[in-house]
Amino acid sequence: MTDHKPFDVEQLRELFPILKRKVKGKDLVYFDNAATSQKPQSVVDAVSNYYSTYNANIHRGLHTLADEATAAYEESREAVKQFIGASTHEEIIFTKGTTEGINLVASSWGRANLNPGDEIIISTLEHHSNIVPWQMIAEERGASINVIPIDDNGVLDINAFKKLLNEKTKLVSIIHVSNALGVINPVEEIISLAHKQGALVMVDGAQSVVHLDIDVQKLDCDFMAFSGHKIYGPTGVGVLYGKKALLEAMPPYQGGGEMIKEVTFEKTTYNELPFKFEAGTPNIADVIALKTAIDFINAEGKPRMRAYEETLLTYATDKLKAIEGLKIIGDVPHKVSVISFIIDGVHPQDLAILLDNQGIAVRTGHHCAQPLMKRLGIVGTTRASFAPYNTIAEIDTLVSALHKALKMLK
Amino acid sequence: MAETKSISAIEQVLIDDFSLFDTWEEKYEYLIDIGKKLALLDPSYKTEEYKIKGCQSSVWIHSTYKDGLVYFEGDSDAIIVKGLVSLMIMVLSGHTPKEIVDAPLDFINAIGLSSHLAQTRSNGLRAMIKQMKLDAAAWGS
Ligand SMILES: Cc1ncc(COP(=O)(O)O)c(C=O)c1O
Repeated sequence: MTDHKPFDVEQLRELFPILKRKVKGKDLVYFDNAATSQKPQSVVDAVSNYYSTYNANIHRGLHTLADEATAAYEESREAVKQFIGASTHEEIIFTKGTTEGINLVASSWGRANLNPGDEIIISTLEHHSNIVPWQMIAEERGASINVIPIDDNGVLDINAFKKLLNEKTKLVSIIHVSNALGVINPVEEIISLAHKQGALVMVDGAQSVVHLDIDVQKLDCDFMAFSGHKIYGPTGVGVLYGKKALLEAMPPYQGGGEMIKEVTFEKTTYNELPFKFEAGTPNIADVIALKTAIDFINAEGKPRMRAYEETLLTYATDKLKAIEGLKIIGDVPHKVSVISFIIDGVHPQDLAILLDNQGIAVRTGHHCAQPLMKRLGIVGTTRASFAPYNTIAEIDTLVSALHKALKMLK
Repeated sequence: MAETKSISAIEQVLIDDFSLFDTWEEKYEYLIDIGKKLALLDPSYKTEEYKIKGCQSSVWIHSTYKDGLVYFEGDSDAIIVKGLVSLMIMVLSGHTPKEIVDAPLDFINAIGLSSHLAQTRSNGLRAMIKQMKLDAAAWGS
C-alpha cells in the first residue's frame, strides 16, 4: 500500500465532473451511491480513449490495434485478479454485472451439480438477483431453497443457519453487504461452516467490493460476483470470480465465438479458462475502463476512503436519529456507509419527490429486496448511501431538506 | 355543480389555481392539501383488485357508472400521489366514457408540477391515467 496523504474531499471531488452539475437549480447532492457510483474523469476518458485511438476486436486480430486492445483487455483482468486476491487470471471472468455472474453460476454449475432433493441456502437479505436465478435452477433441477432468517435490524441468525446446513446443502449464496440496509454479513464464518458441511459458497459482492478489502483466497469463497458500475467503473461490465478447479469442471454458459477451441459440425471443443465463459465479443471498452476504476481506488486507498466514509456515516446517523419519528433500520456497528430509514406516517415516495426537488438524490422503495421488506413489515425505506466524494455539508443539506419535506407533508 | 364543465374547462380551472403559486414548495403544499381533502375510499375497494400496478406507492381506483356518466373514487398511501389521484378525479369524474377516453390531459404539464416530478414514471401517474381510461372504456362498451 502506498503512503497516503491526508484525505482531502475537495480534491477528490475535482476528479468527478458530474458533481458540478445542478439539479432543479440546486447543487447536486448524490446519495444514491449504492445504486451506482459516479465515475472519475479518468474512467470516462479511458472509454473514449479506447474508441478514439485503438478500437479493435480482441484476441483474434493480427494487427496493431487488435494487439493493443487485447493487451489492455487482459491487463484489466490482471488488475482485477490483484484487486481481489485471486490466484490466477483464469479465475476472473468478465460479465456484464453481478446479475450475470450469479446467473452464470446458477445455470452452469447448477445444471451440472444440482439433483432432486438438493438444497441451496440464501438469506432474507438477498437482492432479487441472488434469489431468482436460484429459484429458476432449483425448479429445473428439483432442488429446494432455504432462507436464513434475520432479526429486526437485518442481522443474520447464524444459529438458524447452522441448523439449515445439512448433507443435502450443495451451495450457500450470500449477500456480503446488504444493499438495502448496509449491514455486513459474517461471510468468513458462513464460508467455514458451509465448507465443513461440504457445501460451496457464492458471495454476492455487489455492495462490498467498493468498501471492504477483499481477498478471495483468504475468504476462501468459491465464487464471487460484483459489478463495475458500483466501484467507480462503467456500467455493463462485471466480474465473476470462481476457483479454478470449479470453473474448469463447469460446462460453458453460452456458446459462440471466443469460447471455442475448435468447431466442427460434429463436435466442438471449448477454449480454456477464462475464455470458456466469455462467448462473443465482450464489452471491451468498459472492461478496459474497469482497470482505470481499480487504479483510481488503489491510488486513493480503500482503507483511507473507508475511514472517511465512516466519518460521514457516524455524522449522518447521529443527525438523522435526532429527527422525530425517524427510525434507522440496520443501525448496527458492523455496516458500510448506507443509512436506510423510515419515518412514522410518511411514505418514502413522498420524501423522495420532495428531496429531489431540493437537488438530493436518494433511493426509496424496496431496493430490489421485496422479501426483506416483507420480513421487516414495511413497504420500503429511504436510503442514503455515501461515497468518499460526499461531504458533511451535504449531509447537513439532507437533514434540513428532510425537515422541510416533513413540514410540507404534515 | 349547477352546470357540468367540460374536462378541458376543469383542467383550465386547475391550471389557473396552480398559477397563483410561484414556487415549487407552494405548488406541492397545495397538491398535498388537495390530497388530504380527497373523500375517503370505502376500505372494501382497497384491495388488489382495484390496485394499480406499476406504482412505487399503492394507488386504488374504483369507478361507477350512472346515467351515462362515469364516477371515480380513489386513494393512495403516499400523500403526493394521493394529490394526483385527487386531481385526476376532479378532472375526469362525471363525464361520459368517450370524453374520458379522448381527454388529452395536458394539464399536468401546464400546472408546472411535471418538471418537479422526476419520478413521473415510478409515481404511476401514467398507469393511473391508463387505468381510468380503461375503466371508462369498459363502462362505455
Ligand atoms: C447486493 C446486490 N446484488 C446484486 C445487484 C445487481 O447488480 P447489477 O444490477 O449490477 O447486476 C445489486 C445492485 O443493485 C446489489 O446491490
